[in-house]
Amino acid sequence: MVNTEEYVNIYREYRTIIENNSSEALNALREEGFQALERAESDGKGLIKEYETDFGLNFERYTIQNDPYKLFTCDIPNIGAYLYYIVNDTFYANPQQQSLPAGVIICSLKEAAQKHSELVKSYIGKQMHIKENPNEALNALLAQDGLFVYVPKNVQVEKPIQLVNLMYGNVDIMAVAHNLIVLEEGAKAQVLVCDHSSGNVKYLANRVTEVYAGKNAVYDHYKVENTTEGMTNICSLLIDQQEGSEVVSNIITLNNCQTLNTINAGLNAPHASLSLCGMCFLDKTQYVSNDTEILHQKPDTNSFESFKYILDDESKGNFYGMIKVFPDAQKSVAMQSNKNICVSDKAQMRTMPQLEIYADDVKCNHGATVGQLDDTALFYMLSRGISKDEAKMLLMSAFVYDVLEKVRIPALKDRLKLLIERRLRKENSSCDSCMICGSPSSRPTL
Amino acid sequence: MLKIENLHASVGGKEILRGINLEVKSGEVHAIMGPNGSGKSTLSAVLAGHPAYTVTEGSVTFCGKDLLAMPPEVRSREGLFLSFQYPVEIPGVSMVNFMRAAVNEHRKHKNLPPLSATDFLKLMREKKEVVELDNRLANRSVNEGFSGGEKKRNEIFQMAMLEPKLSILDETDSGLDIDALRIVASGVNKLKSKDTASIVITHYQRLLDYIVPDVVHILYKGQIVKTAGKELALLLEEKGYDWIKE
Repeated sequence: MVNTEEYVNIYREYRTIIENNSSEALNALREEGFQALERAESDGKGLIKEYETDFGLNFERYTIQNDPYKLFTCDIPNIGAYLYYIVNDTFYANPQQQSLPAGVIICSLKEAAQKHSELVKSYIGKQMHIKENPNEALNALLAQDGLFVYVPKNVQVEKPIQLVNLMYGNVDIMAVAHNLIVLEEGAKAQVLVCDHSSGNVKYLANRVTEVYAGKNAVYDHYKVENTTEGMTNICSLLIDQQEGSEVVSNIITLNNCQTLNTINAGLNAPHASLSLCGMCFLDKTQYVSNDTEILHQKPDTNSFESFKYILDDESKGNFYGMIKVFPDAQKSVAMQSNKNICVSDKAQMRTMPQLEIYADDVKCNHGATVGQLDDTALFYMLSRGISKDEAKMLLMSAFVYDVLEKVRIPALKDRLKLLIERRLRKENSSCDSCMICGSPSSRPTL
Repeated sequence: MLKIENLHASVGGKEILRGINLEVKSGEVHAIMGPNGSGKSTLSAVLAGHPAYTVTEGSVTFCGKDLLAMPPEVRSREGLFLSFQYPVEIPGVSMVNFMRAAVNEHRKHKNLPPLSATDFLKLMREKKEVVELDNRLANRSVNEGFSGGEKKRNEIFQMAMLEPKLSILDETDSGLDIDALRIVASGVNKLKSKDTASIVITHYQRLLDYIVPDVVHILYKGQIVKTAGKELALLLEEKGYDWIKE
């Protein structure tokens, strides 16, 4: 754990610049973040050592010269989405913004906080655990902008909303961003977040996404990570679910370096239902941690959770899944499962599926497995002439098949299927058409 | 086609095969019968290259090549096929993907280009008819949720797809009702030619009413103790295995 003092001092020194380049709504969170970080050390809640790097922080909000929409094509192109880019932590409005359904707002959080101040204020920061979680405290302290999505009552956004988070630069960079997604009663939307990084420097991203799903709202949240060596990706997804709302989330780590996902979901009203899935493909010395907490606060709430990891080489995985069923949450159903395959002898998986039940009329189960590929299935395939590599690939694809099936955007599902296959074959799973991955000489500079 | 000489094999340090000698020529059907625990399934597993079995002595030549030197996938591509006694369920792997991977590996081995999606599906359709395999089964995961009979039919379907030179049917009749047995056997018979051969491993005479063997061997305690024509199977049916043990 590292000293948080450095960041406290940075804030002291740059406070005016940080606040002037942000918005009132986010500035309102800083004091609590500041106090939490000041205390963090004495509370025994430090930051991970990756924060020690002397990262550049873009408090002045300098923009890159290139148009990110032309610079970088995501792995998941052409799904007909409303597309937005955040490069490092700066939001870039889409120059070819398609017209949105009536009343829908998609813009930078900063812009939203200015134009729709009351709306933003009534949701921002409400779900954060600034005192308890030093990553969120740091986010509260330093985040200046992010994506804002608002879907008014009974409006359905038929096309997915795609946010590409690109880490990009030629010096070590830290990005701190805060996204806010609000669905009013009966609203419907799907958000796909694609995390990327490019270049040979060190990056640290600290991103908080707060989601509010109003009564009977239907919300899908997909995160697909395809980042590079040198990247530390710290993400918090915080979900507040109201009565009868339905949320589907799928957190997919295709390629990464070090990833810490925190997902907290509150089923805060009756009949809220959540499907929370994830899959991770790890090799070399990659590390992914998914730390999830689902709180059943009210009766007849429903949660389904399934995370699967495939670990090769010396990679490490961590799953911590907490489900709490509170006394008021009678007739709730909670299913949690974490299954993992260690392909190599040196891969390591840690898993802690946990249930705390304080109601007596509920149906809950949880379980975890760590194993190897099924030898009998492998031999059966070999005996049909299928090569060992191909057989393993087929078995590993099959292993995550049910998680992939939970993806409700057909074009995304097809694309992921292909990307997963390429990943399992250890082929380059990055994009085909991206300028950055093209020739190094053509790589634009900041 | 296949020549087994003095084959000894063990599993977990226990010797199961104790000097098998067997020669199968093109166009022939051989039946291997024997009581439980005599080594029938071990023999088929050893021929297919199952890693749990260790060959301690002897040799197996397949179409002039050293079979035991090949890994299991190469044995298959060279034209050896084992119909499993207990076909394995592989949830999440579709029959189509499974078969396409297998067929294309076989083609690559013969320096042929992979089949196009259209040609492949056409081939699947043709071969499904050999064993009257339901279309629904072909669209499901490999053997997942198949009944015993469907699993065995699926084995013969795979055999039809891969067109092996030598097929080993390990207790293909176990778990089959009489109709399924007839379908499976007629599938095997349709695939029979003067260039292919089969080894049929069975407990019972029943299957041999449908797949008529040229030679019948009796395996007992890891050795072939008797070899004769198809009438041997009838004799076994009548007298049981006890008389060999004497």
